[in-house]
Amino acid sequence: MIKQKKSLGRKLKAYLPLYLMMVPGAVYLIINNYIPMAGISIAFEQFNYSKGMWGSPFIGLKNFEFLFKTKDAWIITRNTILYNVAFIVLGTVFAIAVAVLLNEIHSSRAKKLYQTTILVPFLISIVVVSYLVYAFLSSDSGFINKTLLPALGKEPISWYTSAQYWPFILILVNIWKGLGYNCIIYYATLVGIDRGYYEAAVIDGANRWQQILHITLPALKPTIITLTLMAIGKIFYSDFGLFYQVPMNSGPLLDVTNTIDTYVYRGLMSLNNISMASAAGVYQSLIGFLLVLVANFVVKKLSAENALF
Amino acid sequence: MVDRGKSFQVVANLIMVLLVLFCLVPFVLLIVSSITQENSLVRNGYSFIPEKIDFSAYKYLLVDSGSIVRGYILSAIVTVVGTVLNLTLTTLFAYPLSRRDLPGRGVLAFFLFFTMLFNGGLVPSYIMWTQMFHIKNTIAALLFPNLMMGAFYVIMMRTYFTTNIPDAVIEAARIDGAGELRILLRVVMPMSVPIIVTLALLVGLGYWNDWLNGLYYINEDRLYSIQVLLNKMLMDVQFLMSNTSAAQSLQGQDFTLPSTGIKMAVAVMGALPVLVIYPFFQKYFVKGIIIGAVKG
Repeated sequence: MIKQKKSLGRKLKAYLPLYLMMVPGAVYLIINNYIPMAGISIAFEQFNYSKGMWGSPFIGLKNFEFLFKTKDAWIITRNTILYNVAFIVLGTVFAIAVAVLLNEIHSSRAKKLYQTTILVPFLISIVVVSYLVYAFLSSDSGFINKTLLPALGKEPISWYTSAQYWPFILILVNIWKGLGYNCIIYYATLVGIDRGYYEAAVIDGANRWQQILHITLPALKPTIITLTLMAIGKIFYSDFGLFYQVPMNSGPLLDVTNTIDTYVYRGLMSLNNISMASAAGVYQSLIGFLLVLVANFVVKKLSAENALF
Repeated sequence: MVDRGKSFQVVANLIMVLLVLFCLVPFVLLIVSSITQENSLVRNGYSFIPEKIDFSAYKYLLVDSGSIVRGYILSAIVTVVGTVLNLTLTTLFAYPLSRRDLPGRGVLAFFLFFTMLFNGGLVPSYIMWTQMFHIKNTIAALLFPNLMMGAFYVIMMRTYFTTNIPDAVIEAARIDGAGELRILLRVVMPMSVPIIVTLALLVGLGYWNDWLNGLYYINEDRLYSIQVLLNKMLMDVQFLMSNTSAAQSLQGQDFTLPSTGIKMAVAVMGALPVLVIYPFFQKYFVKGIIIGAVKG
């Protein structure tokens, strides 16, 4: 027994340098991630800057009661989920279509060129994207109002105050930005398909469409399922920049651009309503957490090797 | 796959070319507008064909206004320092985790992993960084929150180590009397150049493109990185005028800011480094995305 203990001590000593290596990262995770996790207690307090995170008076679920009495709670939940559903469905369909097409192209130089360029939007910051959108949509100098609509004989549109267009604009921008990224992932799976299947299919007289339907898509199924479930796990989160910066934080658009993330930010900064913001943040964190667990559980059932944990 | 008519190839390529145009056309509009003369921009709006080419927006940004140059330098410093810090923390955390014999490995991996499942959100983070660490309006605000280490990249690196560095190599180094740090620096890292380059590019891109930390924690002009400047200027171009001495002296001489064109020029400058560097490292970006998505 004593001998074993001693050897455990010696063993730990031998590993000491490895543990020491992990100290900086561990400290960072504690600060950047774990303290804020404990800080969700703010949502149950009447927060006051002078009393701080741990000293403000506890008021139970009051903040949540207030939050869910507002119509904002419903709007931000609806917007966050519906946009994500649209992004998942359309993003996946387009990405697969493009990946399949890319895979059918002969010239490897052309292939590489296409692959390289469709990834460009993904690499650009969302702030630059908002300028690109502005170049098209600006009321007094935008391409659409100054060139396109006059050419069609139509009146200019005040884009940044007309909410009805924004669901389409935001979906289009999201697809534009994410297409290359999703496409590359699907394409990587396609490249891995055994050529033998296609050769056999051709011998059996299958045409191109039948090959895609019966070989390519089934081969993509595990990737589609995994990526979709992972996206569902994140359905309560939105790209803050897309919904705040691209519509230029325009008030008249709030009904269709306000998501949980933009609501939390506005509550924290501009409206100075920390209680509501923190309640909305906790609402997001908890449901987001549950969704990740469920999504991962389902992935595990379907294809264990793709599960997150 | 044998049934590949020539006409099919033509159609497929045509569709892909249209798609490429769809991805690039907004950049063309941006760049052309940035070199179009201000008067014609005001008259015709942003367009794909410049009526009159004129580089004065760039001249103003690079010569007369100090903000942009300062923002560029700040962004470059933050990107380099942040990337080095991130890779240091990431490597130091990932290597021990990749060692199958490390006692407590499972617990440590979970400690890392849990940060991907659950987070406290913006409000507690903001209050912690500003009230406990007082990073508001310091350069630390651009470096520390969220970007300095992420579980995702640690896991990517750990997976690379476990699959590409044979245990025997580490064992051999130890028998030769090398300590752990020495093994990491002299044996493991030289064998891991591809993943280090890949992660350096992704992390660097994250720092260069980051504007959220600036939005949350910075409200002093001198600490505006290029992305934060872009963000401020989209809302208000005149902002450039208010804080440069050159502009103030020019104002006296009845100077009008070529604001329509400047908006586009400044966005070009924000995107330019990424667009210039990307083609050379394309394969690393692609590889990084693929391993990240599949093995994250």
